[in-house]
Amino acid sequence: MDQFLQTFKDAIAIGSLYALIALGYTMVYGILKFINFAHSDVVVLGAWCSLVLARTLESQAGTQWTTDQPAPWYIGMLILFAAMAFCGLVGFTVERLAYKPLRKAPKLNVLITAIGVSLFLQNVGQLEGLFGTRPRSIPSLLPDQALFSIGKVSINVLDIVGIGTALILMVALEWLIFHTKLGRAMRAVSHNTTNASLMGIPVNRVISFTFVLGSALAAAGGFLWALKYQQINQTADTSWTLLGLKAFVAAVVGGIGNVRGAMLGGLAIGTLEMFGSAYLRSSMADVYVFGLLIVVLLFRPGGMLGKASIEKV
Amino acid sequence: MQSLQDQARSARPATAAAAIRSVFPLLVGIGLALFLQLVVKPNIGDYPAKLALDIGVAISLAVSLTMVNGFTGQFSMGHAGFMAIGGYASGVVSYYGSLRIWGLNTTHGGLLSGRPMSVDPGSLPLIATGDLLFLTALLVGGLIAAVTGLIVGLPSLRLRGDYLAIVTLGFGEIVRVMIQQTSEVKKAEIVPLASDSPFAGQLVYTWKDRGQQVVAPIHDTWWLSDIHHVGGSLGFTGIPKYTSMFWVYAVAAVTIFVAYRLKRSTYGRAFLSIREDEIASEAMGVNTTRYKVWAFVLSAFFAGVAGALFAHTLGVGLSAETAGFQKSFDIIIMVVLGGLGSISGAVIAAIVVTFLPEALRDIPEYRLIIYALALILLMIFRPKGLFGVYEIWDRATWQWLPWLRRGRANFTEKKA
Repeated sequence: MDQFLQTFKDAIAIGSLYALIALGYTMVYGILKFINFAHSDVVVLGAWCSLVLARTLESQAGTQWTTDQPAPWYIGMLILFAAMAFCGLVGFTVERLAYKPLRKAPKLNVLITAIGVSLFLQNVGQLEGLFGTRPRSIPSLLPDQALFSIGKVSINVLDIVGIGTALILMVALEWLIFHTKLGRAMRAVSHNTTNASLMGIPVNRVISFTFVLGSALAAAGGFLWALKYQQINQTADTSWTLLGLKAFVAAVVGGIGNVRGAMLGGLAIGTLEMFGSAYLRSSMADVYVFGLLIVVLLFRPGGMLGKASIEKV
Repeated sequence: MQSLQDQARSARPATAAAAIRSVFPLLVGIGLALFLQLVVKPNIGDYPAKLALDIGVAISLAVSLTMVNGFTGQFSMGHAGFMAIGGYASGVVSYYGSLRIWGLNTTHGGLLSGRPMSVDPGSLPLIATGDLLFLTALLVGGLIAAVTGLIVGLPSLRLRGDYLAIVTLGFGEIVRVMIQQTSEVKKAEIVPLASDSPFAGQLVYTWKDRGQQVVAPIHDTWWLSDIHHVGGSLGFTGIPKYTSMFWVYAVAAVTIFVAYRLKRSTYGRAFLSIREDEIASEAMGVNTTRYKVWAFVLSAFFAGVAGALFAHTLGVGLSAETAGFQKSFDIIIMVVLGGLGSISGAVIAAIVVTFLPEALRDIPEYRLIIYALALILLMIFRPKGLFGVYEIWDRATWQWLPWLRRGRANFTEKKA
């Protein structure tokens, strides 16, 4: 029972992370109908940004932030917002420079460009002048104390903050997309771009905003990852691309193009990965996730919340 | 008045001369490979020789990927998975085959294959048993990879564009993880007669199974059980290093020849039509299912053979990472730069991309950045790549050569 609870807690933790990243994939797909391969690199960027910011602020404060003496509570929020803003800017730039010229191009070309952008971001990030190739750790931003426990499973402050932040962001996004005018504009553009522009919606601005939003959420995901795991690897490390791929699988499983689907899908993939690791072979966690992708794409390509679309010839 | 069939037959007679003329480029290619191995290789240094080997393997990989990505338009991003499967399958055949036949994992080839420095070339025949073992290993590697290509190609029928790319990428990762689950490589040794083991004097396999050293006589072990022992995360060590200039360039010649003839055949037209507009070609009666699966199977076969060559190269460690997406991306870069659908473009791009790390030796961390920028700029300004779907000899500069003008096929390209 305890292992079940522990696995369940891990599943929710990593699932909410996947959900945040999957939201970026699904929003971009909904609007532009292409898979933004470079999205996982924005996650890495967010993680590294938070690290650099935290270290700078730490040296400014003059003290070392360790688990016993962590940073004041507002520092974490500051770093989060700064990382989100910076990555939003990066997302905006990438969209303007690399994706906008290819709006009318065949999907294959855009896919290749996305691969190019992804490679570019990864390898620029690992230059010695920027982030370097060694793994580094983020200074403690929160006290590492157990708040309460259910059975033998202790719930840590880190867990609460991580899951809580992800939840707050997802609720905020839900409000934005379904209860504001801007959200309605985004949904309209994802439905039919031409008609939306006929209705007076500034399509280019909406698309740019979507990218900014997706990148900001990815940065939040990266920050939460850094918070939870504390040690982050270099930008070109394969584990980041795998993380992005699994988040993409989450988006597909939930129904790509569907924002609520991405949240559900993230939790689903988190559950699958954690329970698969705990109760079956742990080294095959990736295989389970990709296996689910293949199964979903073959038998229910719309995902959990999507609907099967009939292709008209 | 002859019938139409007889007229056609007399215009293209099925004589021996015609048959030789049609395979002529392949014979030239193999002759070139022989020339490189026997004449050029002994006279150049080790380092240019290794570079030439790498270039040859890259050419095979790039041309095989062109078959599925370029001709058929099915963007597969898991090509390194096929390569790894070919490498491991051929490694099993040559390593365990070598152990079962000779009890040693050294090479037993003739002049055409790789050999350790200590062996005197004068004492070797042109072709020896080891060469036959290696050829079998290559073919088995290719066939197993082709079967895997079938397995991957069948579900791909329902997937389009981006989804296919992700699924093939996932497939590459699945292969990588599966390889990491395998057991340790078995070594062979002769138990000394004096020891008190029940197998004294016999040739036995020895390996570590869950921390325990296990011993089993070779000829009592079922050969299929060897398949699981390919090293796992430690990599497949000990493969006899048969790859040489001859093998690499002979395989490259065959791959290019097959790709070229394929492109100009019915299959090629079907592939290109599927790439241009799948729905229209289905409406025209092209069985897209059949041709898409064929594209995967053929490209996987040649990738498997190239992977087998890679596995047997001196200085190369075959590991699960070979199946990862980094290698896939390398091959994709070659194909995209050369032009999706152009064989000569793929060959030239393969040479350039393999050569570039040497030119950029001082600034290795910028290499991938340059590739990335090249991809992005290429897609924005010249999405067709270097040659698009045409070949280098289709360009107007070469058209004065009479045999080119005679057999030119007409491709049309969608204005991208």
